[in-house]
Amino acid sequence: MLDADEKLHTVTITINGVRRTVSVEPRKLLVHLIRDDLDLTGTHIGCDTSQCGACTVDIDGAAVKSCTVLAVMADGSSITTIEGLAPAGGALHPIQVAFHEHHALQCGFCTPGMIMTIRELLKQNPNPSEREIRHGLSGNICRCTGYHNIVRAVESLAAGAQRHD
Amino acid sequence: MTEAAASTYIGQPLRRREDFKFITGKGRYVDDIKVPGMLHMAVLRSPHAHAVIKRIDLTAAKAAPGVRVALSGADLVGKIGPIAPNWIIPGTKVPVRPVVALDRVRFVGECVALVVAQTQALAYDAVGLIEVEYDALPAVVDEEQAIGDDAPQLHENVPNNITTVYRVGGGDYRKAAREADQIIKLRVANNRLIPTCMETRVVLADPNSDGTLTVYMPSQVPHMHRRWIAETVDIPEHQLRIIAPDIGGGFGAKMHLYPEELLCPFLARTLGAPVKWWESRSESHQATHHGRAHTENIEIAIRNDGKILGLKVETLGNVGAYLSNMASGGPTVNTINFGTGTYKIENYEAISRVVVTNTVPVDAYRGYGRPEGGYIAERAIDAVARHLNLDQVAVRRKNFIQKADFPYKPYNGPAVIYDSGDYEGCLEKALQAFNYAARTHERDELRGQGRYRGVGVAAYTHMCGMAPSRRLGRMGFDRGGWESSRVSVDSSGRATIYSGSMSQGHGHNTSLAQIAADVLQIPIENIDVVQGDTRQVQAGHGTFNSRSMAVGGSSVHVCAKRVVDKAKSIAAGLLEVDEKDVSYRAGSFSVPGTDIAPLSFSNIARMAYLGHKLPDGMSPGLDETLFYDPAGMSSPSGVHLAYVEVDPETGIVNILDYVAVDDAGTLINPLLAAGQIHGGVVQGIGQAIWEEVSYESDSGQLISSSLLDYAVPHAESVPNIRSLFQVTPSPTNPIGVKGIGENGSIAAPPTIVHAVLDGLSPFGITHLDMPLTPPRIWSAIQIARSGVRQ
Repeated sequence: MLDADEKLHTVTITINGVRRTVSVEPRKLLVHLIRDDLDLTGTHIGCDTSQCGACTVDIDGAAVKSCTVLAVMADGSSITTIEGLAPAGGALHPIQVAFHEHHALQCGFCTPGMIMTIRELLKQNPNPSEREIRHGLSGNICRCTGYHNIVRAVESLAAGAQRHD
Repeated sequence: MTEAAASTYIGQPLRRREDFKFITGKGRYVDDIKVPGMLHMAVLRSPHAHAVIKRIDLTAAKAAPGVRVALSGADLVGKIGPIAPNWIIPGTKVPVRPVVALDRVRFVGECVALVVAQTQALAYDAVGLIEVEYDALPAVVDEEQAIGDDAPQLHENVPNNITTVYRVGGGDYRKAAREADQIIKLRVANNRLIPTCMETRVVLADPNSDGTLTVYMPSQVPHMHRRWIAETVDIPEHQLRIIAPDIGGGFGAKMHLYPEELLCPFLARTLGAPVKWWESRSESHQATHHGRAHTENIEIAIRNDGKILGLKVETLGNVGAYLSNMASGGPTVNTINFGTGTYKIENYEAISRVVVTNTVPVDAYRGYGRPEGGYIAERAIDAVARHLNLDQVAVRRKNFIQKADFPYKPYNGPAVIYDSGDYEGCLEKALQAFNYAARTHERDELRGQGRYRGVGVAAYTHMCGMAPSRRLGRMGFDRGGWESSRVSVDSSGRATIYSGSMSQGHGHNTSLAQIAADVLQIPIENIDVVQGDTRQVQAGHGTFNSRSMAVGGSSVHVCAKRVVDKAKSIAAGLLEVDEKDVSYRAGSFSVPGTDIAPLSFSNIARMAYLGHKLPDGMSPGLDETLFYDPAGMSSPSGVHLAYVEVDPETGIVNILDYVAVDDAGTLINPLLAAGQIHGGVVQGIGQAIWEEVSYESDSGQLISSSLLDYAVPHAESVPNIRSLFQVTPSPTNPIGVKGIGENGSIAAPPTIVHAVLDGLSPFGITHLDMPLTPPRIWSAIQIARSGVRQ
C-alpha cells in the first residue's frame, strides 16, 4: 500500500507483541526498520552478505536473518527480537540463563542473533547432539568464544543430554 | 548494604556481571547511539591499487538530495592530518599519509572523497555520483617483489619500498653454523589476515554547545585516541571527550588512528552538527587494518642429536601502503626479538625489513609479532624433528629453556627477558591430558589402513604488558607503559574503580572488581567498574598486548591497597592505638588481643568523609588515584597439542582433539581465562586452515573483499578446546598474573600445521604454508602421489 508520498510504503508489524505501523522506503531492510525506526538495537548488523547471523530475529515462528528481508516484505508479520524474549521485569529465558551460566558470550555482539537461532534450533530438535548443535549454529559467526561455551550452553538445555565441561 | 565478610575473589570462576545487558539486547554499541540532528558520512574509496588522481568532480554529489557537504583531499589540506604512526623504530623512513588521498592513491580502499548527508542511504547515493578520473600505475602487493629492482615505488622518501631495517641477535651464528652437523633451511609465510571483530568500526562525533566535542567510538585505547585526534584535528585535548561504550571485539583492529576517526570530529566541528560514520563489513575489509603478512627465511644450525646450535632469520614484513600506528615495530621488535621462542638458542642472528606495498595497511592483530615470532621458532624446531626423524616432543625437551634458567634472556641479548615459566611442566600436563603415547600409537596403526592422522605439538611464550614507560621510550614509542586506576570509596563504603584499561568483551567489570574486592575485603556487589569515558576515567593506555590484568589489574590492586592503608590510619586514630597494632580482616579493623570493639570499613569510609577525627595532616576522603608503571613484563607460556585427520580425497582437515595447557600465572577468573584461550585458539585455527587475504598480483585488487570470500571459523568446523592451566606466578607484578588474551592465537597455528604435516608425512610432504585449505592439501597430495618433486 502506497502512502501519499509515492516513495514510501506503510508497513504494519506486530513486534514483541506490540502493533507498530511505519512508513518505509521500498529499499529499506527489515533490520534497519527494527533498529532505526523501532529503536530495538539489540538486533545487530555484523556483515552485508548474510553470513554472520547477528541480525537473526523470529518472523512468524521461524528464525530469519533480518538483513535478508525487505521491510515491506514483513508487512503483516509477527516478529520477536531479543528484547521480546524475556518480558520486562520477568524471568530470563532459559537460553539467556544458560549463556550467562556457561560464559557463552564475551563482547556480546553476536549474542542476540545466536540466542534467536538457538531458540529455533531447540524448537526443531529439543535434544540435539553436539554435532547437530554445531551444524545448527553454522550460520552465526562468533569471533570471541571459539563457540566452545556456546555449544556447552546449548547442551545444557538439551533434554536428557549429558553435561560435560 | 551487605556487610558480610568478603571471601577470596581471585581465582573464583564468577559469572560475569556484564552479561545481563548483552543477553537481553540492552548492550549499547556505538551504532546504537542516535543523537538529534545526526548527519551521516559515507566515503568514496579507491578502486585502484596504485593510481594518479587526475580529476575529482563533486558537482553532482553536492547537488544530490539531503547532502550537506562533499569534500575531496584538496579541501582538507592544512586543516587535518597527516596521520602519524605512534611507534617509530629508530631509523625508520615514515611515508606521509594524508587523511584523504590528494593526488595519488596507493591501495584499494584508500579514502578519495566523502559526503555528509541527512541519512546514510542518501550519503551512499551521493557517493555514487562522485566522478574521479585516475591514471593507473603499476602496483605491487607482494613483499618479496616489492623490494626487487623493477618494483613500483610507493613513496619518494622510501627507497626500495623499505621503511625500516632492524637487526637483533646474540652469540655467533656463523661460528655455530661452522660447528653444526647440518644446516636446515626453511621459508615460511605468515598469511595476511583480517581481524574481523563482529562489530565493525563506527564513529559518532557530537559537538556540544559549550564548544567541547564528544566522540563515541569503539576504541581499545580511549585516552590515546583522545590525544591522537586532538593533535591531528587540532582540538584542545581537554575539550575532547572520547566515549567507548560496549565494544564488539577489538583484537588489535580498534587501537590505531584511522581517517574516519579524524573526519567525523572535523566535520562535526565544521558543520556544527553530529556526524556518524558506520563501516559496512565489505568496507571494513579494505578500510580496517589487516594482520600478519610476513615472509620468513630461516636457517637452523643443528647437531645430529637434535640440539639447535644457532638460528638465522630474515623477515620481510608487508605493512601495506603506509606505516600504520605500530607497523614499524610489528615485524621487527615484536617478531624477530622472539624468534627463538621457548628454546635455548644462544647463537642468533636476525634481520627484519619492513616493506610497503599497494595493499591495506597491516598492524596489530591478536599477539602482534608473537604469533609470527613463535611460528619461526616452532616451524624451525619441527623441521629439526622431521629432518632428523626424531620424536617431536623429545626434540623440544632437548632444547627447552629450563625452569632454573628464569629470569631468562634469550641469546644473551638485552632486548628480551622471560620472567618465569615451566615449559617442561606444561608439556607433561599436556601430554597426559592428550594421551600422547596412545594417540601416536593409534595414528601409526591407522596409517597402515590408509588413514592419515597426525599429532601436532607447539610450545610458545610471550612477553606482554609492555612496560615500563622508559623502555617504551627507548623503543621509539610515543606512549608510556603505565596504567592508571582510581579507587573511589563513597561515604557508605562502596567503591567505584575507574580504570584506564578497556574491555572489548574481556569482562573487566568482573575481573577488575575481583581484584579490588580481595584488597578492600568488601563484597564484590559493593564495587563498580568504570571504563571507556575520558571524562570519567583520569587517564590510561587501554587494552592491547595482553596487558589488562598484568598492568591494569596490578594498578587496581596497588591503588586499592593505598585506600586500605589510609583507612587503617584513620581506624588507628579512632581506636586510639598505634597503626601497626591494627589488623584489617574481612572488612573489619580490629586490635588483636584486646577487647576494643572493631570498626567496619563502612564506618571508616563515613569518618573519612566527615573529617571530624582524622589524624593530623591527613586530607579527608577515601579516594586514591595511581599511575602504575610496572618494573617489567610478564611471560605467559604453554604447550598445545592437536590430533587431526586429513582426508586425502578432499584435502579436508578434521580436528579430532585439541588440548591447550597455558601458564598465565595467577588466574583472576578461570572461567574467563578459559574463554580467552578458546577464542584465541579458534582464531589461530582460522589462520592455520582457512583465513587468508587474497590480492590479485597484477592489479592489486582485493579478492577477499567480503565475508563471502574470507573464511572465518564456523561452529561446525572447529572442535571443543580442552583448556587446562598451569600456574607459575609472575614475579613482575604484585598479583603474579600474566597475559592471557593472545596465547591461543600464538600457539594454535603451529600446533595445527604440525599436526597436518604429521598426517601428511607418509606422502613425504614436509612443508606447506598456511592456510591449509582443502585445495592446497589436495594439490600437495596429488603432486606427491605423481612423484613430481615439490
